[in-house]
Amino acid sequence: MSSVTLLPYADFLGIRIAGERNGSPLLVMPFSEGLLNLQGMMHGGAISGLLEIAAIAAIDATLEEGEDPRSVFKPITVTVDFMRPGQPADVYACAEVVRVGGRIANVAVCAWQDDPDRAIAAARMNLAITPPVEK
Amino acid sequence: MASGFDPAEILAAAKAGHIVALGLRFVAQGPDWCEFAIDYDRRLVSDAGTGILASGPIMSLMDTAGGFAVWTRRGAFLPQATLDLRLDYLRPSRPGQTVTGRVECYRLTRRIAFVRGVAHDGDIAHPIAHLTGTYMLLGDGK
Repeated sequence: MSSVTLLPYADFLGIRIAGERNGSPLLVMPFSEGLLNLQGMMHGGAISGLLEIAAIAAIDATLEEGEDPRSVFKPITVTVDFMRPGQPADVYACAEVVRVGGRIANVAVCAWQDDPDRAIAAARMNLAITPPVEK
Repeated sequence: MASGFDPAEILAAAKAGHIVALGLRFVAQGPDWCEFAIDYDRRLVSDAGTGILASGPIMSLMDTAGGFAVWTRRGAFLPQATLDLRLDYLRPSRPGQTVTGRVECYRLTRRIAFVRGVAHDGDIAHPIAHLTGTYMLLGDGK
């Protein structure tokens, strides 16, 4: 797996790489109060943010190792299904890259808490791949 | 105001949580819709080079506006949970701009609320993204 850089937004959510699972980066979003909704459960938006970051990390991991800044991935469509309430606890996520073409990447990603077989949320993302911005 | 549900009152009680952390602001409310905004913040971007906001904060904005639209239509702050959300990105947000999300609850059944909405950065006729979503109603809705 090539080196993976997480989005700046990952820092805001406290997300870090916790390992690897089926060849994709395994991410963890440690519990913090800033992730909760008004009902005391994990906010759907925070879980969606984790899913997005895991999806992009997984695509990043498939790309060639190199000196250049990584490509920019822009979501075109994002669909998130919520299967179980997000408890106030750490959330894990790992993506499966379905296909990376020249322009589009299709990714499936899922999030869980204590049991990887009991997903709390899953997303499909279709992203546009654009070359890195010249600095 | 047609709804018995007052977003400002609920939000005033929230001292922490994701809405506070992101700085989501309640903007406006109608009989079956709510509008929230998020100010630009470099910590929320997807790429330091482009400065474009990540999808995550926009999802949080739209999920929040959608949830509040459902409470508005239900007329009370009752238990509910997001079932699914879909965002279609028509274009990237412009760096530096506040993003506003307006979401309408266009159908309420006994168990499910259906929402649709638009995220824009100043001109609602030129949206950043379209939202569709559903929420499960867990309390006693009307």
